Amino acid sequence: MSEGLNIVVCIKQVPETTEVEFDEETGRLKREGVAAVINPFDEYAIEEGLKIKEAYGGIVKVVTMGPPWAADALRDAIAMGADEGYLATDIAFAGADTWATSLTLAKVIKNVGDFDIIICGLKTTDGDTGQTGPEMAEHLGIPHICYVNNVSEIKDDKITLKRIMDDGVETLEAPLPLLLSVSKDINQPRLATLRGRLKAKKAEIKEITNKDLGIDPKEIGLDGSFTRVVKIFEPTTHEAGEVVKGTSDELVDAIFKKLQECKVI
Amino acid sequence: MSEAPVYVIDSCTGCQICVSVCPFGAIEKRNGKAYITEACKVCGQCVDACPVNAIMMLETEVAETSTSKGIMVFAELNQGELHKVSYELLGKALELAAQLVEPVYAVIIGSDLEKSAEELINRGADKVFIYDHKDLKQFRDDPYSDLLTHCCREEEPSICLIGATSIGRSMGPRVAAKLHTGLTADCTSLEIDPETDLLQQTRPAYGGNIMATIITPNSRPQMATVRYKMFPEAKKVEKPTGVIIKKPIDKSRLTDRIKVVGFEEATEQISISDADIIVAGGLGMGEPEGFKLMEELASTLGGAVGASRPTVDEGWIDYRHQVGLSGRTVRPQVYMACGISGAVQHQAGMKTSDIIISINKDPEAPIFKISSLGVVGDLYEVIPRLIKKIKEHKKGA
Repeated sequence: MSEGLNIVVCIKQVPETTEVEFDEETGRLKREGVAAVINPFDEYAIEEGLKIKEAYGGIVKVVTMGPPWAADALRDAIAMGADEGYLATDIAFAGADTWATSLTLAKVIKNVGDFDIIICGLKTTDGDTGQTGPEMAEHLGIPHICYVNNVSEIKDDKITLKRIMDDGVETLEAPLPLLLSVSKDINQPRLATLRGRLKAKKAEIKEITNKDLGIDPKEIGLDGSFTRVVKIFEPTTHEAGEVVKGTSDELVDAIFKKLQECKVI
Repeated sequence: MSEAPVYVIDSCTGCQICVSVCPFGAIEKRNGKAYITEACKVCGQCVDACPVNAIMMLETEVAETSTSKGIMVFAELNQGELHKVSYELLGKALELAAQLVEPVYAVIIGSDLEKSAEELINRGADKVFIYDHKDLKQFRDDPYSDLLTHCCREEEPSICLIGATSIGRSMGPRVAAKLHTGLTADCTSLEIDPETDLLQQTRPAYGGNIMATIITPNSRPQMATVRYKMFPEAKKVEKPTGVIIKKPIDKSRLTDRIKVVGFEEATEQISISDADIIVAGGLGMGEPEGFKLMEELASTLGGAVGASRPTVDEGWIDYRHQVGLSGRTVRPQVYMACGISGAVQHQAGMKTSDIIISINKDPEAPIFKISSLGVVGDLYEVIPRLIKKIKEHKKGA
């Protein structure tokens, strides 16, 4: 640890989800003019990587898998302060589910060099599974801790941290290397500085294809995926019901009646 | 050079029907023919739509899956008692099993499990496997995922269902990775395709903007984490016939690389993920003290307090109360949105609630568009009166 920690942050480029809407007429996602951004959950992972580097020394590498334009997400991470960006891009990776994605990313991380801490966001706003992180840890044979909301200390190849479970907060101690999925209340992600942006613009993004990784083609992309999407459709949502105006007493009566209808009082 | 999973052959006429059906906008016309870009998610809709069958999808080899039988439910414990999601999974498993004519298994990992195992037998499980050891009293990442993997390897179920709780979502992916099988996260609907007997797993994606149905055709078990409160609980059966099977535990499986050094129990009485009723406050409350009113209404109704992201960002309330895209997704019986305008991000976390009641001063608030009942008014006028009325009603009842 004398040379500091090797910190790897895995990120994904996603459409700005709030703008993605389902077009009922054409049955497709409206994507025209939808910006591609860093998955918002990953900003917390980047920030935590930077904070750990500032406290303990080391290097922050950001890794993503995606189309060539996903390099923009890596540049945004470098603008925040990350040191190096690696893009796994290959048509053979396309169509990957979380199993194939996590296997590919695990190999990419090994390819990129030594690692002490791998940090992921809790989930992405597009796929929304939260599975790629823990599956990656399994492929790498290292421990994985989900829902981390505080990294307390790193000392002698051990990390002490807290995670939020449904029934409370656990304090855990685990050996390095390991993989963390961080919760959104762990920190407040910093904004990129102008200097960071300039650095990011010039930064070299290293592209990695399966030629570099040499994974069996049967284990990547669609072929390596155990799941298949067979149907996509619009969720049924609430139709607008009654909207009432009136005196406070009338409004109270309306709510009271509704609560009685659904048998909660 | 590897091939793309979906590709266009020369017979393409350039009609662009595929361009219009692609949900992801991943098809463009290039040089007079369809061209699949890297935005492709391999959903196959273009393959079906092409009038001249010019779009192909790589098919994977079909593996032998017929030896796997039975539906396995991971029965999660909470403070030593069965978590309600376990009963819900069992209920769903029994329904699917009736269709498949396969047995239903449950597996419990923990300590002192006899009572819980019996409860599952009484509710219709055919076999309950228990891994009973004092060191397993609390959830431990490594041993729990190892033991569930072990159980699936020995029993070879065709389906394995896990609750989408913090425990289930932590260990599910590890088990799926160990078993080399697919896992579908956070399912809200599960059905059997009558033609193929495959499990159709439906889940929200893109922040709830779309629903996707997913299958695991060639590997077993077909694994899914299932959202809490989506299915009715399994009911007690008249003549339970199931058996409890105690599984031996290899000591090596009890070691955990992660050590628990402390635990602080959640202070809230009811977590928003479990609540049947949620009273949520937004910036429209005007001040942090508004949450006191939310709490009062919530406790009157026996519910929990939710919050919009801006109130959490302002520090009015803890993050754990946050509902929405960046907070929790909830599906209570009744969701009361008070002073919440209803940004898309917030809606993504609550729009599948059974009944939505909104109170807002602004008659144009977007929340009204998804509300079963919208009330245009001042929440400080309405809610105190409502609390009084409910309390009086309870006294009279």
